[in-house]
Amino acid sequence: MSEIHRLEARQVCCSRGDRELLRCLDVRLESGQLMYLRGPNGSGKTTLLRTLAGLLRAETGEIRWDGEPIQRIRDQYHADLLYLGHLNALKDDLNAIENLRMDAAVRGSSLDEQAAWQLLTDIGLRGCEDLPIKYLSQGQKRRVALARLWHSDAALWILDEPFSALDVAAVDALQAVIRDHLGRGGMAILTTHQEVELTSGTVCRVTLGGEIPEVRHV
Amino acid sequence: MFETLAWIIRRDVTIALRRRTDVFTTLIFFVIVISLFPLGVGPDLDTLRLIAPGVVWVGALLASMLALEQLFLADHRDGTLEQILLAPQPLSLLVIGKVIAHWLITGLPLVIMAPVLGLQYDLSGEALLVMLWSLLLGTPTLSLLGAIAAALTLGLRAGGVLVALLVLPLYIPVLIFGAGAVEATTSGLGGGAHLSLLGAILLLALLGTPLATAAALRVSSE
Amino acid sequence: MQNRLINWFKFSSPATFYPLAGRLAPIFWVVAVTLIAIGLYMSFFVAPVDYKQGDGYRIIFVHVPASWMSMFIYLIMAGWSAIGLTFNTRLSFMMAQALAPTGALFAFISLWTGSFWGKPMWGTWWVWDARITSELILLFLYLGYMALVAAIDDRRRADRAGAILLLVGVVNIPIIYFSVKWWNTLHQGATIRMNGQTSMDETMLLTMLIMALGFWAYSIAAAMVRVQSIILEREAGSTWAQDLIGERA
Repeated sequence: MSEIHRLEARQVCCSRGDRELLRCLDVRLESGQLMYLRGPNGSGKTTLLRTLAGLLRAETGEIRWDGEPIQRIRDQYHADLLYLGHLNALKDDLNAIENLRMDAAVRGSSLDEQAAWQLLTDIGLRGCEDLPIKYLSQGQKRRVALARLWHSDAALWILDEPFSALDVAAVDALQAVIRDHLGRGGMAILTTHQEVELTSGTVCRVTLGGEIPEVRHV
Repeated sequence: MFETLAWIIRRDVTIALRRRTDVFTTLIFFVIVISLFPLGVGPDLDTLRLIAPGVVWVGALLASMLALEQLFLADHRDGTLEQILLAPQPLSLLVIGKVIAHWLITGLPLVIMAPVLGLQYDLSGEALLVMLWSLLLGTPTLSLLGAIAAALTLGLRAGGVLVALLVLPLYIPVLIFGAGAVEATTSGLGGGAHLSLLGAILLLALLGTPLATAAALRVSSE
Repeated sequence: MQNRLINWFKFSSPATFYPLAGRLAPIFWVVAVTLIAIGLYMSFFVAPVDYKQGDGYRIIFVHVPASWMSMFIYLIMAGWSAIGLTFNTRLSFMMAQALAPTGALFAFISLWTGSFWGKPMWGTWWVWDARITSELILLFLYLGYMALVAAIDDRRRADRAGAILLLVGVVNIPIIYFSVKWWNTLHQGATIRMNGQTSMDETMLLTMLIMALGFWAYSIAAAMVRVQSIILEREAGSTWAQDLIGERA
């Protein structure tokens, strides 16, 4: 992940139905930077995240990855991206190991059984590996979903409320993994009220909900 | 790339085997519909032999349509569809994987069951064989075409009924050649030409529909 | 070239197209009424009586142009959809949606008049003839499109989903038509060949063309009126629409 990447949003407007959610966002994120997205409910945080991930088409404006519009280099962009929405994207009828291996396969990488076991140990879910996901608690499900981060080599992480439903220990572990990711030159975009303490790099705060989005680099 | 395809098929088949009700409801629906016709038309074997190809094929059409709504819905609800859309590989390829799995789960059981039901209608061995072939070539096309409608109506309130409205007109060629193959065999003309056309339609559908389905999925999950 | 391109795209904005549609609609209404009036006069009083079918055949002056239009409109809608998906122009999707009810209407008229004609000619209201069956399927395709667009609340999704469906439909229509024809030739019996062999009188052909042109003008006029209300409905929040509503009030 030593390459330098950059993500730019130029004059991006998003709307949902007839309602304009977001007016003219201009923001730029580079390797090692973290972006917080804040705003009241319904201010378009998730919509913006989905737009940045390329799931939603921006009404106007353009999103560029390393200078190229993301629609044009979709496969390449998605290889560099890890997106985790508010849904866990886990199949209820499969167990944690199967889910993790399946997910890796969809992303085009592979995760052998041994590595999946190791991953479960890392996130503290050893002992639940044979249970179908539907028998796990909300917090445990979220942990399995977040386990993707532990073996991800994607440069850009887009995470929608990653800290919700997690206990204190899991929050600490997640903060650590995000910190390491940024330390290695990765980028992350989060919607959260939980701060991640950084050892290096800069933070960009975007606040939605006003007339135009407010962007502050710290 | 094809490894991912294999994984998707494996995943969906595994899930289906763990909750077998979905597989069985389609199959049981098919069996019941086919078994109702003699009750409505009367038990005269000559009449039954005459209507058998059409009845079995319309039954297969309705049964495979019934299962369509579920094709992408579960993945849409639990968020795995988003991950599939964000996979760094051609979406149409992953769509083919989904459709193959869907056919294995809902189409293949119908194909296997159909000759047994054909016996209820006193079809000859040769006709049963042709029926098996026609369903084997035709039902994958139904799944491929149906995937477009399933993707277009993803998550809509009137999803189920709407799928029927969208997809039934598109099914007509498959119905005509599928039932035609069996009928041509029973009337002594031979069903070869029909089967070749079914094969040709399947190839066309395999080339064209995944692109349309992929485009529809992107539109519907916006 | 550059200039012409800019001009074309200028009218692809709903705000500039709205007044244009308003100016075009009355012109096409007049053309439509005039041509249809002439066409109907010719079909009832000028066209000669058919020596085999008597006066009843005159319904084909409505039936045939209506069938033509129903197919033609579907193609136009698919064309608009292709343009909309390629260039991302909202107006193209609106045009497709504005045309759909007219297309469905012509498909329905074609079936209805066909059945009216069938009763005296063949002694039955409905014949599973290849052309009539295809027309019925075309009507289903129209209904499916309209139902899909109506079922989706999000307009952007409705536009694009409808467009994809139209393109899928247009690719399928030849296959469907071919298969229905094949099916029909294998089940020969009830069908009577309608034309092809019988040579058509020149006045009959002319009348049919006038009627077709009249229907064509009607389609444009109806589409313009409909597209105006679609534009207004969608752009209700924009400043230009607010100004317009203010002016009217």
